[in-house]
Amino acid sequence: MGSITLKKVTKSFGSVDVIHPLDLTIDDGEFVVFVGPSGCGKSTLLRLIAGLEDVTSGHIEINGKDATDIPPAKRGLAMVFQSYALYPHMTVRKNIAFPLKMARLPKSEVDSKVEDAARILNLTDYLDRRPGQLSGGQRQRVAIGRSIVREPDAFLFDEPLSNLDAALRGNMRLEIAELHQSLKTTMIYVTHDQVEAMTLANKIVVLQNGVIEQVGSPLELYSNPANIFVAGFIGSPRMNLISGKRAHEHKAETIGIRPEHMSIVKGGKASKSKWQGTVGISEHLGSDTFIRVETDDLGAIVVRAPGDVGLKFGDKVTMTPDLSHLHRFDEAGLAIK
Amino acid sequence: MAREITSQRKTINTVAAWAIGLLIFFPILWTILTSFKTEAVAIADPPVFLFFDWTLENYSIVQERSNYGRFLWNSILIAVGSTILGLLVAVPAAWSMAFVPSVRTKDILLWMLSTKMLPAVGVLYPIYLLFIQLGLLDSVLGLTIVLMLINLPIIVWMLYSYFKEIPVDILEAARMDGATLKEEILYVLTPMAIPGIASTVLLNIILAWNEAFWTLNLTAAQAAPLTAFIASYSSPEGLFYAKLSAASTMAIAPILIMGWFSQKQLVRGLTFGAVK
Repeated sequence: MGSITLKKVTKSFGSVDVIHPLDLTIDDGEFVVFVGPSGCGKSTLLRLIAGLEDVTSGHIEINGKDATDIPPAKRGLAMVFQSYALYPHMTVRKNIAFPLKMARLPKSEVDSKVEDAARILNLTDYLDRRPGQLSGGQRQRVAIGRSIVREPDAFLFDEPLSNLDAALRGNMRLEIAELHQSLKTTMIYVTHDQVEAMTLANKIVVLQNGVIEQVGSPLELYSNPANIFVAGFIGSPRMNLISGKRAHEHKAETIGIRPEHMSIVKGGKASKSKWQGTVGISEHLGSDTFIRVETDDLGAIVVRAPGDVGLKFGDKVTMTPDLSHLHRFDEAGLAIK
Repeated sequence: MAREITSQRKTINTVAAWAIGLLIFFPILWTILTSFKTEAVAIADPPVFLFFDWTLENYSIVQERSNYGRFLWNSILIAVGSTILGLLVAVPAAWSMAFVPSVRTKDILLWMLSTKMLPAVGVLYPIYLLFIQLGLLDSVLGLTIVLMLINLPIIVWMLYSYFKEIPVDILEAARMDGATLKEEILYVLTPMAIPGIASTVLLNIILAWNEAFWTLNLTAAQAAPLTAFIASYSSPEGLFYAKLSAASTMAIAPILIMGWFSQKQLVRGLTFGAVK
């Protein structure tokens, strides 16, 4: 069991409203990712669920029971912190055993659970070391081990990979996904990295300024962003957003087209559905090339082309957007259906 | 070339450090040396440094004339007592300031420190009158309380800066792991703060041991600690340097030995927060 419901939850620090009235339902077994730019309130929201911060108003229900005033220790949730937050004076074994010791489990049970967790996380050889003698990835594993031993109703992850280098981050992302596959426990994961959000989540919650902009599966958010903010935030490189005359041609205030939904050719002629420009900086990734095209009337447009596209800086090009993937937004920035 | 300059620099720095260290220590060394001289040698001109007839005479005279043990016992009671009393107040205070600060926490800390800027003699009269009223004059309890209050701002500041260094995440992790407040303090915070608490205790004992203004003004015979023991040898009818030095050496020896053994801890405590 691990369903969590937020009802009209708000949070203010003094006169600053960090979370505006917010409703959210997280079902048992879901992998939910809170994503948004820094300062959007995603970490605060996680801390409210954890009980490390008190809500200003509203209710939090865990497994259908009001948990608003229950202290963090009693909520049945486990948390993995960005800084790992390991106990520096304890060995890995004692770190992992700590929640079990607090739950007053018999020693034999504690030992076998710690051994199990260590085996799953490849920490068996490190059980008698202190956190200071471990690498970043190992520390992160200890933090995860400490959270899985107590078999919580839900795991809370607060940007757990942001202190790791890029290669390790990729591996750990995979490990967390596998962990979710095998445990099938609810996970709530906070990140500012939309790649992490897209790859891990069943459900993404996009936040901005303490307000939920959209909730949906990764592909839903990618294909049908509810507004300009979500359109710009989800997807890499970000969606090209064009306003003005070209947008009005499509009966919208702003139109959006993703770099992968355009074709590009050298030369060519301009028309209503063909845009012309000059090749600027290109980013060659091997498999793909992201070409920045400078145009007179649209600003800079990024186009995703094959790796061997053969266009050079200064080439005159024509881009053809795939109109079936064109996103239209009204004056308020909301998607026009 | 670069290496030569570095090693030359190193030598200069080492010599300078030793020179300054010896300069600071010299009065204490001189006091200790003088305590082994006869009164005549002690005031000889030019002064005699090392080559004299060493004698323990002064120590036996001082020991005969006054009860060193009682003064020492009072010093221990007052220094240790005021430190324990101070910790009882300062740990919760520093705790709340470090982990649940309010908008006024910084102001309170500064205000506490500002009390140290007041000349002690400014409050001698009211405290003296209070002590007469409360019957605390010349009592170990009274001195313990006064010294605790005098040093409290420093204890709170030191503990506060130690606690500030402990990442709040770790305490929150303990909370998430099911620890109650008591368990969080017992199993997580205290083991992490022990070096800080230890150096605070050491420094406070030294400060209380050496405090002379209040210990001299608020005691007569009963509660007089070692500071009064030294002062009793600076008599108005003419100074006996050798005996005064012997008394001083006896008074500072315990704290000097304690300081020597705990210097690592002390240095760490005093420079904590300065270097990360």
